[in-house]
Amino acid sequence: MEKDIILKAENISKQYRLGQVGTGTLSHDLNRWWHQIRGKENPYLKIGDTNDRSTKGSSDYVWALQNINFEVERGQVLGIIGKNGAGKSTLLKILSKVTAPTTGSIKSRGRIASLLEVGTGFNGEMTGRENIFLNGAILGMTKKEITSKLDEIIEFSGCERYIDTPVKRYSSGMTVRLAFAVAAFLEPEILVIDEVLAVGDAEFQKKAIGKMQDISKGEGRTVLFVSHNMAAVKSLCTRGIILEHGKVAFEGDIENAVSYYLGGEAEAMNLKTFGKEHDLPVFKLNEISLYNLGQTSDDVLQENELIVLNTKIEIKAPEAERYHITYHLYNEMGEAMFSFSNAGSFTLKKGVNNIKCHFPKSFFQSGQYFLSLFIVEDSKQPIFVEKDIISFTVVDSGRELGTYMGREPGFIRPQFEWKLE
Amino acid sequence: MNNTNKSNNWLFEITPKNKFFSLNLKEVWQYRDLLFLFVKRDVITVYKQTVLGPLWYLIQPLFTSVTFTIIFNNVAGINTGNVPPFLFNLAGITVWNYFTACLNGTSDTFKANASIFGKVYFPRIITPLSVVISNLIKFGIQFLIFIAFYIFYYFKGSDLTLNISLLFFPILIAVMGILGLGLGMLISSMVTKYRDFSYLITFGIQLLMYLSAVMYPMELIKQKMPEYAWIVAYNPLAYIIETSRYMLLNIGEISFSGLTYTLIFTIAAFIIGLLVFNKTEKSFIDTV
Repeated sequence: MEKDIILKAENISKQYRLGQVGTGTLSHDLNRWWHQIRGKENPYLKIGDTNDRSTKGSSDYVWALQNINFEVERGQVLGIIGKNGAGKSTLLKILSKVTAPTTGSIKSRGRIASLLEVGTGFNGEMTGRENIFLNGAILGMTKKEITSKLDEIIEFSGCERYIDTPVKRYSSGMTVRLAFAVAAFLEPEILVIDEVLAVGDAEFQKKAIGKMQDISKGEGRTVLFVSHNMAAVKSLCTRGIILEHGKVAFEGDIENAVSYYLGGEAEAMNLKTFGKEHDLPVFKLNEISLYNLGQTSDDVLQENELIVLNTKIEIKAPEAERYHITYHLYNEMGEAMFSFSNAGSFTLKKGVNNIKCHFPKSFFQSGQYFLSLFIVEDSKQPIFVEKDIISFTVVDSGRELGTYMGREPGFIRPQFEWKLE
Repeated sequence: MNNTNKSNNWLFEITPKNKFFSLNLKEVWQYRDLLFLFVKRDVITVYKQTVLGPLWYLIQPLFTSVTFTIIFNNVAGINTGNVPPFLFNLAGITVWNYFTACLNGTSDTFKANASIFGKVYFPRIITPLSVVISNLIKFGIQFLIFIAFYIFYYFKGSDLTLNISLLFFPILIAVMGILGLGLGMLISSMVTKYRDFSYLITFGIQLLMYLSAVMYPMELIKQKMPEYAWIVAYNPLAYIIETSRYMLLNIGEISFSGLTYTLIFTIAAFIIGLLVFNKTEKSFIDTV
C-alpha cells in the first residue's frame, strides 16, 4: 500500500549562538555579510558543537538540531520524546513556523496549527468571550468558524458563568480551561501539541486527554505530540521519535520508542563499575548498582517496586569493622534529602562485601537522584568522599489513563498505613 | 516512481531562506479576521478602567496646541496669516500625531509581541497593519475635534475658506500611514538585534517634529534661515504637514515636486521596510 505522507522533514538543522548577543554580534554579522557578498559560504555554519548542555563546548555556536529526517503519514499520531534540551521545542518551533531552520526543509500537505502554549495572546482586559475570538483568530480560525463553535467552546471550558467577565478576574485554572477549550476546537489537518496536558485539575486533564484522543483517533487528524509523560505518550501516539542531543536517536512504533527512551536513559546510570582510581590502600570500590528487586540494573527503576542499592566493596585493611559506608541522597535540584548508612546495622568484614540497601515500594517519587558516597573510619573520620558518585532515575509506572497525569509534588512518595475506624 | 509525481503537490514548504520578496497577500487575506480583532483589542483596551475614556485622545492634542500657540505664536511671534494660530497648530499636531503613533506603534512590533510570535504563526505583518488602522480610528476622533474648532472659529468670524483639494486629504493621510508603517517595520526589524534603535527613536521623533514644519509654515524657514532650509526641504513629512494645512485651512502652498518626492520616498520606505521585515520575521525569535 502506498504511504500517504502528509509531512516530511528533510535534513533539518538549527544553529544557535550561545552567550550574550552584544558587541561581538556586529563583527560576526559583518564577517558573515562580507563572505556573502563574495559569494562564499557562511563561515559560522562550519563550526558548532553538538547540543549537549552538560559539557563545556569549544565553540560559541551550537547545533540545537542536526540533520533531522522524518515522515508522518496522514492520521498518524507521532510522539516526540527527549530529555530537556534535546531539541524538542526547537523542532516544534520550526514546525509551527515560529523560527526558520538554518538548513533543510519541511514539506507539508496540510495546514499546521500549533499549540505550544495555551492562551497565546489572551488579553486580561477583555472578556472571556472576546478572548475566545481573539485567541481563535491567532490560532488561525476565521470569525465564522469560531461563531459556529462558540457554544461548544464555552460549554467545554465550563466557564459559562464568567464568560462576560474580563479574563484578568479569572483564576489561573479557569484561564487554562478556556484557552484549552479554544484550542480543542481547532480544525487543521496537522496539529502540533507541546506539553499542554500538565495543566488544570485532574478532572480537566481527563477531559483534555479524552478530547485529544477524539481528535486523533475519531477524526483521523494528524497529530505531533511532545511530552515527558510516558503514560500520556503511550496512550495517544502510534509512533515515536526520540531526540538526543539534537539528533534522531530512535524512530519506530511507540512501545519500542518509550522503552528505548526509558532504557536508554537509565542504562549507563544504574550500574557503575570502578577502576584504579578507586583502588586505595584501605579499600577497593568495585561497583555500585541499583535495580528493582527481581530485575537487573539494565531495567528501568519503577517507583512502585522495591529498589535495591548494591555496593560492592573490598576492604583490604585488617580491622574491617572500623569502617562503614554512608550515602547522602540529593534530588535533581541538588538539595540534600537525607543521609543513610550501614553503621548500626552490621559491620563490614575483610574481603569483598556486597552491601545491599532496600528502599521500600513506592518510596521515591519519579525523578532523578544523585548519591554521594562517604567511607568513614571509626564512625568519625571520612577517609573517602565522592560527590555524585552515581545518579539514577525513577519513573512512574504508567498509571491508568484518565487518572491524574501530572507529577505529584515532593520527592518521596511513601505509602503510609491508612486505617478506617 | 510514485514519489516523483507526488513531490510536486506539497501545500507549502518551510525553508531557511525567504524568497527575496514574499508578501503573501492571500495569506494576509485569510487572516483578515485577526486583523480586525487586533484593531478591536487596541481600541477597546485603551478605554478600560479609565474615567475619561476616549477623552484622553482629545486632551493631548488640545493641550499641545495651546502650548505651541503660547510659545511659538505669542512669545516667538510666528505669523500664521489670517488663520487663528490655535487652529493652525491643531491641524499640524493632529496630522503629525498620526504619523508618530504609527511609527512608535509599529517600531515596537517584534519586541512587544515576542511572546505571541514565539508561540504561534500568523502573517506577522498583521500586527503593524493593525497598529496603523487602530491609530487611524484615533486620528478620526482627533480630527473631529479639529472640525469642531474649525466651525467654532468660522462662526466667530475668522476668515476661513475651504479648498477644493480637501477631497485629496484621505489620500494624504493614507500616504502618511504607509510612510509610518514602512519606517516602523524597518526600525522594528533592527531593534530585534540592536536595541540601540529603540532609544534613538524616542528622541529622534521629537527632533523630527521641529524639522517637519508642524508649528511653522515652510515659507517661514526659507525666509529666516535660508542656509538651513534644505534640511526641511528634504524631509518628506514637512510636505505632508504643509499640504494638509493647505487642504484644510487654505494657507501655504502645494509643492508638486515636493509631493512627488514624498510619494517616491514613501514607496521606497515601504518596500525596504517590507523586505527587511520579511527577512526578520523568520528568525527574529532567536535574537530578540
